Amino acid sequence: MAAEEQGALTEAVYYILLALHEPKHGYAIMQDVQELTKDRLILGPGTLYGALSTLADKGWIKACTEDQSSRRKEYLITDLGRSVFRTELERLEELLTHGKLIVGSENS
Amino acid sequence: MRKRIFKLYTNYEKEEVWLNQMAASGWNCISYCFGRYEFEKGTPGEYTYRIQLLDYAPTHPNSAEYLALLEDAGIELFASHIRWVYLRKKTSGGSFELFSDRGSRITHYKRIITMLLPLALVNFVFGVGLLENGRIIRSFNLAAALILAVPIFSYYRRMNDLEKDSQILE
Repeated sequence: MAAEEQGALTEAVYYILLALHEPKHGYAIMQDVQELTKDRLILGPGTLYGALSTLADKGWIKACTEDQSSRRKEYLITDLGRSVFRTELERLEELLTHGKLIVGSENS
Repeated sequence: MRKRIFKLYTNYEKEEVWLNQMAASGWNCISYCFGRYEFEKGTPGEYTYRIQLLDYAPTHPNSAEYLALLEDAGIELFASHIRWVYLRKKTSGGSFELFSDRGSRITHYKRIITMLLPLALVNFVFGVGLLENGRIIRSFNLAAALILAVPIFSYYRRMNDLEKDSQILE
């Protein structure tokens, strides 16, 4: 996917990709994101499961469970996923820079 | 102590509200089958209830991974009806929402509308007599089409509101 075609990631997808820089199964992702955001973002199981199947279809993550019969699949980000994530980080940094430039970064 | 209540819901969101009201007053739903709900007396506010339409029936292998995720998250599947699943979670285990963003809520409404709309249309076609059938059967079909149209319209409106918001919000 060309970088200019890539839109903004949803917050759920952003944190799922972040969590999957290490192999994890679904519930571990939920816990990880909840802990990282200090309970601000609690992924609903419906939201998480839908995102995981879409991300796997797109090839941004892949299942890495050896036992195929296991009900609990572990996932890991792919090289494509990493590059998408890096592009998003750059976009977010640009947003932040522009925001601070014009509105300032006062903590009022 | 247990009690049974017969009730027919066509709108799952209203059904969910009712199950949560019952739970808040100490009646925990423990089974559901064709309009028959069974409740067990418990501590008021012990459970939160949610209802969801899955892509596949819960017995289908494609649902296994999602069911395992629910289990891990402390969510109990206590009844199912075709592709609908009836879920509950102890309130002590934190808040219980199946969806945490607009996109996935919209997808869920779409899934329900996609299932209900053809049913409503088939009944409507029979109901207005586009096909040869008796007057009594026709009125049943027309009634069924109307009964289905009400929740479809409600889901559609909710989905539309979410889509409007998602034009300006993540």
